[in-house]
Amino acid sequence: MTPRKTGRFLLTSAMLLALATAAQAQTLRVGIATGPTSLDPHFHNLGPNNAAMRNVYDRLIHMDANMRLQPGLAVSWTPLDNTSWQINLREGVTFHDGTPFGAEDVAFTISRIPLVPNSPSALTRFVSRISAVEVVDSHTLILRTTNPSPLLPNDLAQFSILSLETTEAYLAANPGIAPSITEIDSSHFNSGALAIGTGPFRLVSWAPGDPMVLSANSDYWGGAPAFADAVVRPIPNDAARLAALLSGDVDLIDGLPTADIASTRANSAFNVFETPSNLAVYLHMDSDREISPFVRGLDGSEIANPLRDVRVRQAMSMALNREAIARVIMDGAATPAGQMLAPGFAGASDTLAATAFDPDGARALLAEAGYPDGFAITLNGPNDRYVNDERIAQAVAQNLSRIGIRTEVSVEPASTYFGAATRLEYSVMLLGWGSSTGEQGSTLDSLLRTHNSELGHGGANRGRFSDARFDEMIGAAMQVLDETERNAQVAAAAEYVIGERFGVIPIHFQMNFWAARQGITMSPRADNYTVLSEIGTR
Amino acid sequence: MLAFLGRRLIQSVAVLLVMSFLVFLGIFAIGNPVDVMIDPAATPLERETAIRALGLDLPWYQQYFAFLERAVAGDLGRSFVYNEPALDLILTRLPATLELAVAAMVMAVALGIPLGLWAGLHPGSWLDRTIMAGSIFLFSMPTFWVGIILIMLSSVWLGWLPSGDRGETVSILGVPFSFLTWDGLTHLFLPAFNLALFKLALVLRLVRAGVQEHMSSDYVAFARAKGVSERRIIGRHVLRNILIPVITVLGLEFGNLLAFAVVTETIFAWPGMGNLLIRSIQVLDRPVVVAYLMLTVVIFVLINLFVDLAYSALDPRIRVGGRA
Repeated sequence: MTPRKTGRFLLTSAMLLALATAAQAQTLRVGIATGPTSLDPHFHNLGPNNAAMRNVYDRLIHMDANMRLQPGLAVSWTPLDNTSWQINLREGVTFHDGTPFGAEDVAFTISRIPLVPNSPSALTRFVSRISAVEVVDSHTLILRTTNPSPLLPNDLAQFSILSLETTEAYLAANPGIAPSITEIDSSHFNSGALAIGTGPFRLVSWAPGDPMVLSANSDYWGGAPAFADAVVRPIPNDAARLAALLSGDVDLIDGLPTADIASTRANSAFNVFETPSNLAVYLHMDSDREISPFVRGLDGSEIANPLRDVRVRQAMSMALNREAIARVIMDGAATPAGQMLAPGFAGASDTLAATAFDPDGARALLAEAGYPDGFAITLNGPNDRYVNDERIAQAVAQNLSRIGIRTEVSVEPASTYFGAATRLEYSVMLLGWGSSTGEQGSTLDSLLRTHNSELGHGGANRGRFSDARFDEMIGAAMQVLDETERNAQVAAAAEYVIGERFGVIPIHFQMNFWAARQGITMSPRADNYTVLSEIGTR
Repeated sequence: MLAFLGRRLIQSVAVLLVMSFLVFLGIFAIGNPVDVMIDPAATPLERETAIRALGLDLPWYQQYFAFLERAVAGDLGRSFVYNEPALDLILTRLPATLELAVAAMVMAVALGIPLGLWAGLHPGSWLDRTIMAGSIFLFSMPTFWVGIILIMLSSVWLGWLPSGDRGETVSILGVPFSFLTWDGLTHLFLPAFNLALFKLALVLRLVRAGVQEHMSSDYVAFARAKGVSERRIIGRHVLRNILIPVITVLGLEFGNLLAFAVVTETIFAWPGMGNLLIRSIQVLDRPVVVAYLMLTVVIFVLINLFVDLAYSALDPRIRVGGRA
């Protein structure tokens, strides 16, 4: 190298270095507790997957931080009659590979969802109400439903839209990978070949369990993201995730452990973001069987199941010191719950508050029900599913024991617990329910409507609660097209079935926490998704 | 030699068969993976579809035989969760774990043998006492706790080393390695050091005990009488003899490092096999867990084979094949 060349070389190197540093400053580095299991948006209906998909793909309808519906790829959705909806699509949107977005893409996506090969948890439920898709023109669709389906827009907010043209071209180039475009398996998304959406970021690289690397889609219809690049790293260990933030290896983390909230808040280099979540922790009781497996008399004898008596269930609710659980066990990271979704969400009641803590009243009520000395139960729960789940179960057991219901706690990993709970092996269960549609009606329908597998009612009714009046109320409410009216009816049903019948006993709403270094802002989401396009700088 | 290898092969296949059966049955008994993986709001129909899609509707023995049939053809099944071939998933993560295990082993040996030698040659000295006390300390501290302390100390407070992940890698024959870049090395150091601590204590104690035993033995006295230099006695005779138990233990420990570096990998978010295993167990991803443990058996069989070969290299009196 001549001196001049060397000089030029050094100069170029310096410039490259400067460029690299400038670009680096625009890279958003995020640490999350759990990464996605696939980049196929229809493969696995799971929180971490759904969250990751929001970076690459769009839905017809988007949900804002408080789970209210907002225009996404659809600009408007209007019911034409009881069973048809007109969807008007956004004009001028293109996929990351340049193919234009239109009505055919939506029709293709809807036809693919029930057919995804080997799916452990498909998104079929969100398209099963749709009986026909009619493409009116390139940006207008009519969706027909078998029954009146007022919650169709909530379903449309759940699944990502794929490109028909891209998929067709890919199959044509790789014949033999699948018999048809609707049956291409998830590996072709994981490789990145088909992970092409209209979303705010393009996929750069990903492998199972590895970081997801993204670059901004500067042409995004919703405005270019605040960062040129993003890396989302799964860091499952809580302490390690926090350490990564504290050491400056990442800019933002989700799932801030409750024990570290106070110290992180006190540290001026970091900000904590929080919001009440859509997840309610609650007790479900066997209110159906005459003899329940984990209910005993105080002497250990078999007794008729007292949990069928509404007074006993009410007494249990009154026995819970929810304020103390939220303050002491949850370190303030929870708010006491009186229903399954916090007030402010669709279908939540404004008046249904948490049952007041009243152990004396609870004892009196138990006596009135014929159990002045109480009885014995086992409270079953998971120990790795909800924040502090095992300690909550122990606190609940102490509360119940105080009014004479001698409670033993038995916890186990989620991998065995949920199966056993679904097989009705337990009597009193600690559970949580996150309403993915952001609306209380379908939650109540799943948890408390009389179980009927053919009609799909009461799918998660693990207590087999059954009440004719409630069935009627929720059945009617779920047919009402007008949103305001429907929400009022759902709220009334909640006031009845939880406030009067104590079909389930809500304990608290979990709060969601994020922590970020100074200078990073975000809108904390009720669904606990970390959505990169909602993260900015200041 | 050939007969020896043949016998080893038959033994290994038998162990693999028993292992696959036990793991398969064990996970089957824990529960249905669909209950863990499916959205709680799923309809019964969706649940049925998922169970059929994963082949979980068949009785367990049919599932097991179908698995064996495919396994013979080299297909250990697809992960329920990732829908990728289980073996591929594991093998793509093997290099990361291998790198970590080798780095930890190198640290343990490079520090453990000299320290053990010194302590063994100068028993009762202040340095010996310090080394021995330190090794008890290393033995008794739980890995996860040390890991967190290491992160807090060198990443959060001092800001010298990154807190986790693999850093920049360089591909050799398509396999990414961290130790070839400076960034990668800084990422590798802490987790490898964390893993090495326990092995370090083990190695130095083994070496110290061996040195003490051999230094007072007849052949050393004889060599001294013959006028062989102390350096040659230690380097050529004593060290050789004490290395045999050290290699046995290191072989087993290396297998453990490879297969069960779970805790360290989780804490340092190291994208290795252990991280995959723990997640797969949590969601009952049976194909991955079975394939993983089968691979573990293969690794242990191979390591034992190498250990046997190393014996005969160190001590020609030991012949591979068992007849010494």
